Amino acid sequence: MTAVLEVVNLKKRFGGVAAVDGVSFDVREGEILGIIGPNGSGKSTLFNCILGQLAPSEGDVRLDGRTTTGMRPCDLNRLGVSRTFQLLQIFPKLSVRNNLILAAQEHQGTILTRLFGRRDAGLGEAADRMIAFFGLDHLATEPAGGLSYGQQKLLDAAMAFMSGPRLVLLDEPAGGVNLAMLANLKDRLKAFSEERGATFVVIEHNMEFVMSLCSRVLVLAEGKVLAEGSPAEVRANPTVIEAYLGR
Amino acid sequence: MADFVTLVVAGLATGALYALTAIGFTLLWQTSQTINFAQGEFVMLPAFFMLAAMNFHLPFWAAIAIGFVLSTAILGFAFKKLLVDPMLRHGVLPLAIATMALSTFLKESVKTFYSAEASPFPSLAPDVDLHLFGVTISWQNVAALVVALAAVFALQYFLNQTLLGRQMQAAAQNPTAARILGVPVERTILYAFLINGTLVAVASLLISPVYLAKFTNGETLGLAAFVAAIVGGFNQIRGAIVGGLLLGVVDNLSAAYLSTQYRGAIPMALLIVVILFKPDGLLGRAEERTV
Amino acid sequence: MSAKAQTLIGLLGLAIVAAFLILTPLTLHRYGIYILSEWAVMTIAAIGLNLTLGYAGQVSLAQGAFVGIGAYAAAILTTHGWPLIAALALALVLCFAIGWLLGYPALRVQHHYLAFVTLAFSTLAFLVFRNEFWLTGGTEGIDGVPRPSIFGLSTTPDLRYYYFCLFVLVLAALGALGLVRSPWGRAFLALRENPIRAMSLGVDTRRYILMAFAIGSTLGGLAGVLYAPLVGLVEPPAFALTLSFDLLMMVIVGGSGYFAGPFVGAMVAVLLPEWLRFLETYYLILYALLVMALLIYSPTGLVGIVDRFVVRRRTKAASAARAALSASIERRAS
Repeated sequence: MTAVLEVVNLKKRFGGVAAVDGVSFDVREGEILGIIGPNGSGKSTLFNCILGQLAPSEGDVRLDGRTTTGMRPCDLNRLGVSRTFQLLQIFPKLSVRNNLILAAQEHQGTILTRLFGRRDAGLGEAADRMIAFFGLDHLATEPAGGLSYGQQKLLDAAMAFMSGPRLVLLDEPAGGVNLAMLANLKDRLKAFSEERGATFVVIEHNMEFVMSLCSRVLVLAEGKVLAEGSPAEVRANPTVIEAYLGR
Repeated sequence: MADFVTLVVAGLATGALYALTAIGFTLLWQTSQTINFAQGEFVMLPAFFMLAAMNFHLPFWAAIAIGFVLSTAILGFAFKKLLVDPMLRHGVLPLAIATMALSTFLKESVKTFYSAEASPFPSLAPDVDLHLFGVTISWQNVAALVVALAAVFALQYFLNQTLLGRQMQAAAQNPTAARILGVPVERTILYAFLINGTLVAVASLLISPVYLAKFTNGETLGLAAFVAAIVGGFNQIRGAIVGGLLLGVVDNLSAAYLSTQYRGAIPMALLIVVILFKPDGLLGRAEERTV
Repeated sequence: MSAKAQTLIGLLGLAIVAAFLILTPLTLHRYGIYILSEWAVMTIAAIGLNLTLGYAGQVSLAQGAFVGIGAYAAAILTTHGWPLIAALALALVLCFAIGWLLGYPALRVQHHYLAFVTLAFSTLAFLVFRNEFWLTGGTEGIDGVPRPSIFGLSTTPDLRYYYFCLFVLVLAALGALGLVRSPWGRAFLALRENPIRAMSLGVDTRRYILMAFAIGSTLGGLAGVLYAPLVGLVEPPAFALTLSFDLLMMVIVGGSGYFAGPFVGAMVAVLLPEWLRFLETYYLILYALLVMALLIYSPTGLVGIVDRFVVRRRTKAASAARAALSASIERRAS
């Protein structure tokens, strides 16, 4: 089984504090990996280091065997990696459809062909299909700022999927979303994973979400990997329970 | 050597005035994200309040007092209430443009309602030269340096040693946390504007005897203040002081020893170099960036 | 109101404006034609700045310097016998290259720091204009810049030169419109609104920032090339920092990021002082007051006021439609 993503001994220090302190793991093709851990355990920092938002202090990141440590986020995106952020980040002034087109347009042609080519960069149909996939049909031309929070979360995920990525990193996709929308989101993630064979890494606090969705779970605490295994294994692990609930 | 010392002292004196102007500029930025492109005109104006008062046959000291009061009231209070408050929540740029318009307004108003010509302005110090160890220094320069530095030290004392001053610093660094701690943030911002209103009056009082009171005084001074503030460090008052003094000395020396034609290029080059390689200025701390 | 009706009204409005711009100068005296030509030229520069600032979010206080570069290129070449088209080619290439280079500071710093770097560049450019006598004629500048001949037709008569400027304005506007409506427009918006999110979606912010500066500056240079024959005299004070401030003001007062913004902003900056001239010495004071008042009332500029009005009507209509829909559902249910 090939590793899509390899993280090797990643460390990130801010001044004297090591937010990520020697994290290593592999992400296998087609799996949905969950990353959990108490607040401040370094999960978002880990994502930011993998995705080029931050430069790691030490360690390496490899995509399909190729070292991508410190690569810019836009270059990583073009290699087939996309993400969502913890704080919802869609473009409120653009319509839903335009948000989706934006999410994939930089993969179409060259910068010059995009200037002189079609207005939607040939992505109109793909955007419509994505809108249908997420059930946002009636909102296609609405400015994204007018959507409800749950709908925006769906749009955020849709944007991450638009460019047909091989690897998607989701930072707390379930945050602040009601149960109905959550079920919908989980459903869409699973469907996308099955249809496209995409690999997912999901940071989450919502245990039920993680346990029902992920095939494997990684537990982070104080910047280090505490435990790794199937959801059931991790849930039963005493060190994990202690890290979360304390003594 | 003697000439060099004279130049440096003169440069420090001019620099002290740049520093006074730059401090107010930095203070406004720090407390309320206001970039005041009219700061130069703010320094130009109080002298005219004083001259107008003297035209009504008031003695010099009374005119100075009136100038200070009007400056603090108009350039401090009114400026904040009428222009800054309505605009601040819409972002930095529209307000910056509004201050550009304000600078035109002030300049043209003085030109139209007072005079387009330069007016002589009485000086606090005798117009004599001091001869010390073979070096010639003008009393004007000494007075400027002394008064400016006194004002600066007074401000520093206020900011660091008084409760209100420390509240202002807290409000500038983190308004939300300050509010939670009970700091009256809105009021401290107002005080920053009032302090600026007073500082520019001091600068005006010092600069007008030498350069004469003219409606165009604001132009070069304003630019010098911006450069001084950034070069010194836009995040700290101390930065404005260092930047101002440095700029004054560099400017004076380059005018004497280098081509006068490109004299204005030195501050600009300094500005570019500092912004690109040490954007927090020579003394500044790193500004917080949110991701 | 249906989309078709809206487009029809838009086209009608455009036709009225076009008729005004084409027909009014026929009734004006020389000075009036000159003012309109100045408006057209400044609008081109403002369109460029609006692309850089309004769409891509990059602050530039250097646009005036690029107008100067274009103007001096035109003046130097045409007074040495070269045709204006040669000056145009040189100015566009030069401004694109220098604009691209000016973009590099924008990769390191943003907002107010970027404003000051571009301000410094503007001042340095002015010093070069003023000091390099051998090239630019120093403080006296270059006089006697000739008007070009277009396909054998001389544009020396003011009216003809005005139509030429208007024509170039239309071309520049169409070019800018094409850019804004293309995927580049979306990329610029993303760059302005949320550069971090944009990067995570594959938008090469570095490339687009440099492009925004390069293109905006090129339009500034184009404006300069038209300016030189319009005024006939090219001298340093015309391209000092004040011009950059004025252009920035045009963009903001017109409405930053709106396509019609520069047109309206240039109109305010060029035409309003003329209309106020009857107030003689007070006109600049009143002008400055009006600008401040406008910005207080609408920081999104004049076009922003129209936009707010349209959006408010649209949301009212939408809420009314939603209310009607839910009411009819209830009625059906009961």
